[in-house]
Amino acid sequence: MAFEEITSKKYTAGLNNKLMENRTPEAKNTRKAPGRTFSFKLPAAYFFLAPALLTIFVFFFIPVAAAFIISFTDFDIYALSSFSNLRFIALKNYVRIFGEPLFWKALENTFYFVIGAGPISIAVSLGAAMLLNSKLVRLKGLFRLFYFIPVVTTLVAVAVVWRFIYHPRFGILNYLLAFLGVNPIDWLGDPNWAMPAIILMAVWKNFGYNMIIFIAGLQSIPEYLYEAAMLEGAGWWPKFKSITLPMLAPTTVFVGIITMIGYFQLFAEPYVMTQGGPLNRTLSIVQYMYEEGFRWWNMGYSAALAFVLFLIIFAATLIQLKLQKETE
Amino acid sequence: MKNAVTISLILFAFSLLSCSRNDSKKVTITFWALGAEGETVEKLVPGFEKENPGIHVVVQMIPWTTAQEKLITAYASNNTPDACQLGNTWVPQFQALDALENLDSWVKASQVIKQNEYFSGIWDTNVLDGSIYGIPWYIDTRLLFYRTDILAQAGYSTPPRTWAELYEVSKKIKQKAGNSERYAIYLPTNEWAPFITFGIQNGSSILKDNGRYGDFSGAKFMKAFDYLVKFHKEGLAPTGISQVTNVYQAFAEGYFAMYISGPWNVKEFSRWMTGSLKDKWMTATLPAPEAGKAGLSLAGGSSLVIFKRSSHKAEVWKFFEYLSRPRVQMQFYREINDLPAIKAAWQDTALSRNKYMKAFFEQFHHVVATPKVPEWEQIAFSKVQLYAELAARNVMPVKSALSALDKDVDNILEKRRWLLRK
Repeated sequence: MAFEEITSKKYTAGLNNKLMENRTPEAKNTRKAPGRTFSFKLPAAYFFLAPALLTIFVFFFIPVAAAFIISFTDFDIYALSSFSNLRFIALKNYVRIFGEPLFWKALENTFYFVIGAGPISIAVSLGAAMLLNSKLVRLKGLFRLFYFIPVVTTLVAVAVVWRFIYHPRFGILNYLLAFLGVNPIDWLGDPNWAMPAIILMAVWKNFGYNMIIFIAGLQSIPEYLYEAAMLEGAGWWPKFKSITLPMLAPTTVFVGIITMIGYFQLFAEPYVMTQGGPLNRTLSIVQYMYEEGFRWWNMGYSAALAFVLFLIIFAATLIQLKLQKETE
Repeated sequence: MKNAVTISLILFAFSLLSCSRNDSKKVTITFWALGAEGETVEKLVPGFEKENPGIHVVVQMIPWTTAQEKLITAYASNNTPDACQLGNTWVPQFQALDALENLDSWVKASQVIKQNEYFSGIWDTNVLDGSIYGIPWYIDTRLLFYRTDILAQAGYSTPPRTWAELYEVSKKIKQKAGNSERYAIYLPTNEWAPFITFGIQNGSSILKDNGRYGDFSGAKFMKAFDYLVKFHKEGLAPTGISQVTNVYQAFAEGYFAMYISGPWNVKEFSRWMTGSLKDKWMTATLPAPEAGKAGLSLAGGSSLVIFKRSSHKAEVWKFFEYLSRPRVQMQFYREINDLPAIKAAWQDTALSRNKYMKAFFEQFHHVVATPKVPEWEQIAFSKVQLYAELAARNVMPVKSALSALDKDVDNILEKRRWLLRK
């Protein structure tokens, strides 16, 4: 949290500076009067910022601009051999996207994942954070480590283990479910179970990260609030509802948005577990984009997909911020 | 970061130094090899360098999974090696990029590399518009692996020779298995090869009009596709990929009795089929649509190609000639079990006495190339497999699956049609 505050302050400060630079001297004077001298002297900060800005410009803005242009062409393997094979096709890629059943399938899957895994992941992280923040728990450091290990473990290694867990005939999950009288489920092979299986694994793999952020948030809640509540005779639930949740609100917004953005870019989990199958039920937008771009070399179409995904994430973030403001 | 830059600069300087020292008398050629082949070919290099002291071969290994991406990026950034190993279905793609050297005149002048030394179906995969762009290095194809004991229990002492027999055997095996979860044949829908193979066997050209349109809903392909999907629908083949996480174990357990696969699995199956199972499996050429016909299979393997931009083509060609000698081909086989492309090498006892290889040798006389269009991989992996799965799971009837497949394929081929018109 502290880090976030500092960076956001720095950011707004930089923005103000920039705004002032753009103003005419009069406007600047009417707003603030920091001395009458006006000169074109660049603040030293710009020199310090230059390397970073230059890097971002070269490695971020130029490629993004190039991708934007490419998204209006049919750039592919033929175009690579000769630019005369490149056609400017205006919005055809975008039109094609919306007419492609596979895109809608991928979009549906991605939303399924975001809506399914997001809340569960946040709830599990919060639950784990509260447990670890409780005074009753011993060996907190050890548990924190255990819960965090999946986050730093290589996904491919994790996937191998989970494939065994999910195995329809030899997997431990089906073995345990058998005691409850549940018939064996082909977790990764059954179109209806594949996505839940991916969600379960993704939640397990990622909740540790948000948990750490929540722990930091919990620790910044002043203890006297709880003490006061205790004196008033408040139980566990009122304390949680009236102290913990409101005090954690900024953390929750942050975690929510970061998680959502990350989950919209779902790729690695299904890529290593199911390769998008069965029946494309776990194909995510990013995997669809990757396949079109780097397997079939339809770069133009793939770039268009990237911008569509950007707009979706952008819209979803705005909605989430707006909802948050309304509840406040 | 800074350290890394310094170190790489120093290394770069050293490499410049070492190059300039050798430049006067030694030519360095770079050869990119894929996966395990990359490791093995390094062992063949010393023999070549001994014979050709003026040539130094630098082998660079690249993993199969990223090979295509790396090669295309290398092409786009003008960094292609002198030569490379290419999966033979990739040759059309790189030829479309205009990245490959036309090898016609090289072959014509060569004493070692002659067309009639190769299996004709394999050679043909490298021929585009009448010119040769790659030399077969090692070859593979798919045929039938089967459990002799399970077939015998079902009353068959020989492998199925026709489609009708294959179906009959499968029915019997399933009957014998009763209620236990066992299957006759494993035909995973994430492998497009059997679907295409059976279509070609039945006379379909897969694409029509010089690769301008798909021909999947044509009667010949439809019959073959319908035939294979039947195995899924009637429960003769397991549906769903993760049912079989370990093919070898499943084969050893008798979970399925037949599987269409390639030579890379011979060693693996031998490893799993031990003890009482040791002699309970065999390989056989693919069954044919009708008796008396040869059951065709697909011409697979890797080719050796020279990049147009190479400035050491003569030296590379020498290296290719070395790799194509029967003796060196057999050395390669012994190291990694990749089958030699040169027919003469097959007389070596290591192959002629291997009972599992007999069927392969026979099958190689009856192999054909998949359609030689750059879009082929996309068609096969993203579309054929998709609709095979939809049909196998009975989500779509065969007929509508195939017309949808044709529609998708025609969309993919749109650019090709435009280029051919141009």
